[in-house]
Amino acid sequence: MTNAPSTAPEPSTAGAPPRPSGRPARRQRQFRELGVLLAVVVLITATWLHNPGFLSSQGVRDLFLGATVLAVLAVGQALVLITKNVDLSVGSVMGLSAFGTGLLFVTFPGLPVPVAVLAGVVIGLVCGLLNGLLVTTVQVPALVVTLGTLYAYRGLNHWWADGGQVNAHDMPSAFLLLGRISVLGVPLPAAVAIAVVAAVGFYLARYRSGRELYAIGSNADAARLSGIPAARRVMVAFAVNGALAGLAGVLFAARYGTVDSTVGTGMELQVVAAAVVGGVAIAGGVGTVYGAALGAVLLTTITAALPIWRIDQFWHQAVVGALILAAIALDRLLALRTARKLRGGGARGA
Amino acid sequence: MDPTEVPPPLALVDVTKSFGSVRALRGLSLELRAGEIHALVGENGAGKSTLVKTIAGVHRPDGGQLLVDGRPTGFAAPVDAQNAGIAVIYQEPTLFPDLSVAENIFVGRQPRTRWATIDRRRMRHETEGVFSRLGVRMDPDRPARGLSIADQQLVEIAKALTRQARVLVMDEPTAALSGVEAERLFTVARTLRDSGAALLFISHRFDEVFSLCDRITVVRDGAFVSCDPTSELDVDTVVRRMVGREVTSLYPKEEAEHGETVLEVEGLTRDGVFADVSFSVRAGEIVALAGLVGAGRSEVIRAVFGVDRYDAGSVRVQGRELAGGRPKAAMAAGIALVPEDRRQQGLVMESSIERNATATRRRPLSRLGLLRPSAERASAEEWGERLNLKFGRLDDSVSTLSGGNQQKVVLAKWLSTEPRVLFVDEPTRGIDVGTKAEVHRLLSGLAGRGLAIVMVSSELPEVLGMADRVLVMHEGRVTAELDRAEADEESVMYAATGQRPSEAV
Repeated sequence: MTNAPSTAPEPSTAGAPPRPSGRPARRQRQFRELGVLLAVVVLITATWLHNPGFLSSQGVRDLFLGATVLAVLAVGQALVLITKNVDLSVGSVMGLSAFGTGLLFVTFPGLPVPVAVLAGVVIGLVCGLLNGLLVTTVQVPALVVTLGTLYAYRGLNHWWADGGQVNAHDMPSAFLLLGRISVLGVPLPAAVAIAVVAAVGFYLARYRSGRELYAIGSNADAARLSGIPAARRVMVAFAVNGALAGLAGVLFAARYGTVDSTVGTGMELQVVAAAVVGGVAIAGGVGTVYGAALGAVLLTTITAALPIWRIDQFWHQAVVGALILAAIALDRLLALRTARKLRGGGARGA
Repeated sequence: MDPTEVPPPLALVDVTKSFGSVRALRGLSLELRAGEIHALVGENGAGKSTLVKTIAGVHRPDGGQLLVDGRPTGFAAPVDAQNAGIAVIYQEPTLFPDLSVAENIFVGRQPRTRWATIDRRRMRHETEGVFSRLGVRMDPDRPARGLSIADQQLVEIAKALTRQARVLVMDEPTAALSGVEAERLFTVARTLRDSGAALLFISHRFDEVFSLCDRITVVRDGAFVSCDPTSELDVDTVVRRMVGREVTSLYPKEEAEHGETVLEVEGLTRDGVFADVSFSVRAGEIVALAGLVGAGRSEVIRAVFGVDRYDAGSVRVQGRELAGGRPKAAMAAGIALVPEDRRQQGLVMESSIERNATATRRRPLSRLGLLRPSAERASAEEWGERLNLKFGRLDDSVSTLSGGNQQKVVLAKWLSTEPRVLFVDEPTRGIDVGTKAEVHRLLSGLAGRGLAIVMVSSELPEVLGMADRVLVMHEGRVTAELDRAEADEESVMYAATGQRPSEAV
């Protein structure tokens, strides 16, 4: 009884792939993220060959720093997208956090830097929690809720800033240094982003609650029947996303030194684009934060490379758009191929 | 076995539950004892699935009590039922397509390492363990997406087994399984019983019920009928109690003259959904499409009607080829389709009764492109009368009607197009018994007047009571075509599960 009788007919395994061919789905996902990585490498190499100045130490720094903010935001967005929700307010949240951090330095000139950083993250966390609360309790689609909070948070920021801005000389040099120093050759903000990606990626893959985010996005009804506390998980996803948007705001302030109330305007769509290019499905349940971060790197690299190829900046958005369409087409193609492979012939399986 | 000494792990006392005006459970009592397999039988719509969901904590009962170990308990959510040691295998699998098979089995309770991370190796190992207990060969790492219904059901069973529940509820677990797989499941069920678990087994297959179960509870129309040890029962008694009335009165099938062939479907194929489906229907004939949920029956009629495209085959109405993929052409050729889900597909729920009833005939009822309200109303009134529709006012929204009357509005909408062929998909799902008989009488009368009817139904009594011929589908193929005389519960079930009874080989 403990051994599968090998002589028994196997009517149930028509859909299962033969053992040696391994794990088609997992391999496909890896392939998907490798594809984005490959695109980044090819783009950088080609641009470097075209103009070696692209990879000067300053060029590398710019690449890293440019990708940092977008990557941190994309990681948070991926968390939300995986649960089949979306957060359009991240640009506004990031703006609030950036300006809030700056304003703190103006109001309390002697404020220790870690406290300010923490304050920025907390601002984001509160905004994210509010999003999550609205989505889970009012039961309105996240798209609508966060479209509302996109404007609400931005309006709050304008009212708060009252047309003013915080300049670099208002901020302590220790804070601005955060954007300049390097850890093992990597600019500190980029190192922070890498740590965030690794931590969230590990959490999603290896913790029950992380896997439950995928479950919720994959089949919400089944998640309820399985006793997964879906509302709480979704709320946490939004809260973490908000906190990461807050962190992105702090990193932005530290890097540029000058912030006004328009910081982060329009970022939300870039962020969603990065996640989608990186293989995170809008329909939920699919994708990794590694992919989302790579998508952010790819988008930033394109932005940096276009001038070197002397391609008009006007083309930038068209290129990004084409990339999104290509990514979606690729995902669809891979999904169809996997479906065919998994079905393994026969009339069933649609 | 005195229940007053050791309280049963799970008991229901006088449980009631209503959905709107439909009373799904009216005072149902049930006692699941440790070390016993308890069968629950009843017709479709008798309230079995509602009962299962009440036990599982999905529905909260309106009245009555749920006793766990003799103590009144209220389940606010499925997780409460799980914590009380109750595992449920639902009729329709509830898997996560994007997660691996192993993760589906262990979702929410994956084995963990010291650092609270998921122990993938152990999860994989335990999955293989439970699969070998069930005699299943499936890669634990493959995603659940693309599994056949039977394989999905096996994953559900594995999930329930690994919960090591004290109470295991199985809602038609064998409906999609082959004989070998079902037999393995029974072996496991008996092992669980002998180790002291309480099992509730719901099935339409009497041979399974009688060979596996210790006691049988019969329910009808949401109410308790009887509960006896299996040894004191036989199939006839159980069936009589289940139906509770003469079958003939519920299925008033009139004999009708069969005329010329009206609809011919040949080799219809939609890749991955159904393949090589051929049948023909004559005027005055009722042909039933039977089979399990997911066998592709609704998909076939949707394709014939042109809602979905098909990849190969042909459809002829009165000898003339019908182009695929165009519902308008199908309507013009005289086909009508009463869909499976009347709320989503059959009606505009917020719209008025008259609007819905005349939705198929906007053109004849309008002048110069504008609808004439008086013509709409007159037509709706006429059909309301013909179908004995019970309503307040014709401009009330359809959502105010009961399920049976809503179905009549859908029927009116299509019958008023004066079709030659009528497709009805689950015509009496979610309709109370009285109106059910009325719908049956109506269909029978329509056939008597020369309409060709194709009926998709999951209710075996309905299929057997109404159809002149039964086409049985299994996993997208027609596996049997049975005359009224040959069709019985067994022959249809065999074909629907893709098996052949020994005499037919």
